[in-house]
Amino acid sequence: MCLAIPGKVLEIERSGAPRMGTASFGGIRKRVCLEWVPDVNVGDYVIVHVGFAISRMDEGEAMKTLRLFEEIDGALDELKIPDPEDPPGDGGIDAIR
Amino acid sequence: MRFVDEYRDGAAARSYAERIAAITTRPWTIMEICGGQTHAIVKYGIDSFLPKTITLVHGPGCPVCVTPLEMIDRAIAIASRPGVIFVSFGDMLRVPGSRADLLTAKAEGGDVRMVYSPLDAVRIAAQNPEREVVFFAVGFETTAPASAMAVRQAKRLGVTNFSILCSHVLVPPAMETLLSSDDRRVQGFLAAGHVCTVMGCGEYVPLADRYRVPIVVTGFEPVDILQGIYMTVRQLESGRADVENQYARSVRPEGNVPARQLLSEMFEPADRKWRGIGEIPQSGYRLRPAYAEYDAENRFDLGEIRTRESPECIAGLVLQGLKKPHECAAFGGRCTPESPLGAPMVSSEGACAAYYHFGRLDANDWRRSERQP
Repeated sequence: MCLAIPGKVLEIERSGAPRMGTASFGGIRKRVCLEWVPDVNVGDYVIVHVGFAISRMDEGEAMKTLRLFEEIDGALDELKIPDPEDPPGDGGIDAIR
Repeated sequence: MRFVDEYRDGAAARSYAERIAAITTRPWTIMEICGGQTHAIVKYGIDSFLPKTITLVHGPGCPVCVTPLEMIDRAIAIASRPGVIFVSFGDMLRVPGSRADLLTAKAEGGDVRMVYSPLDAVRIAAQNPEREVVFFAVGFETTAPASAMAVRQAKRLGVTNFSILCSHVLVPPAMETLLSSDDRRVQGFLAAGHVCTVMGCGEYVPLADRYRVPIVVTGFEPVDILQGIYMTVRQLESGRADVENQYARSVRPEGNVPARQLLSEMFEPADRKWRGIGEIPQSGYRLRPAYAEYDAENRFDLGEIRTRESPECIAGLVLQGLKKPHECAAFGGRCTPESPLGAPMVSSEGACAAYYHFGRLDANDWRRSERQP
């Protein structure tokens, strides 16, 4: 129940309160509430929990996190070299303070 | 699905595990706070990837599991009344109360219905104006805004036969209870990515400061979790205690502002009992007085509720990270998902159910496991 899953916004209804739309979850279409993602557009990915989009997925951040994995992968090839430095890409994750 | 497959990549996960091993010099105990993370850790066998010196303990992050027994008993009492339609998320239906569960109430003639969204409960109320429709509002800060929206929608539409049985709970007070306990084992936290998607990260900074504990807001895919563990260990090894955000594709530092505004408009913090843990001050939400008419506890006089917990169930110790599910004598024998003694065996996010359903899987088997029920 507490799980939230990413879905792709297919349609945004023009009227009505709260603001509703349709999203696809791996092919399954469901009507979801879009009231809390005011900047969402058709084609965006949203994280949906109990029928409510709670965030618009930031593709830039998603790619940044994935690149961090790739860089770590690359860094591992060089792991045979003693005393490896901190993994590259650490700056890509923003500390909150 | 974009940004799901990539975060389940077994090779990337293994690389991360090696990287964690490379920076670990001492034993560390890390707690994941969300049941969704517990589910993923057990399903993908993530703890088996880690150096033996790192212990993962499962926290009280399954909302179904921590809903207090009194509240389940109240739900059953309301659901059993004639003239009531009792509406709930599916995984609450089989949670054992003192004497029965909601499915038993349904079998005995109660009108108990399952919904996907709290807004569906308002629709049922609008379609059945002669009946009292009660929604069982459980869950953490992720779910509470949806209940708030349902109440607001009922008010907007003039649906007066709708109310909620409100049992929402808040994560930071529970973390503080675990951190201030004499039994404290936890040295670092993976904070719940979807709770923080709504609430942001700010309320975790005082906890990190006061208890000198690293807190890393973490997502739910295997690679997210390994990265969250990596960031936590890196802090522990360097003596830092900061709040960091691994799940930045969903979590903004300020959270979801409109959802938070709705929460503070409709709800106020209240003391709340947690099943297996006890009362935690200011750890729940109740409706503000302006919305008291939508509170089912004001609508129904339920009298005194006398609770009885299974004497054999160790759910409380499991929820506090003090025991693992398979350390329970009843696990898998007298307690199964079909016939649960305690709530963590019911929900897919409960630690006991996760241990029951998933053996240890190798990363090569992940894709195969996706097709299993």
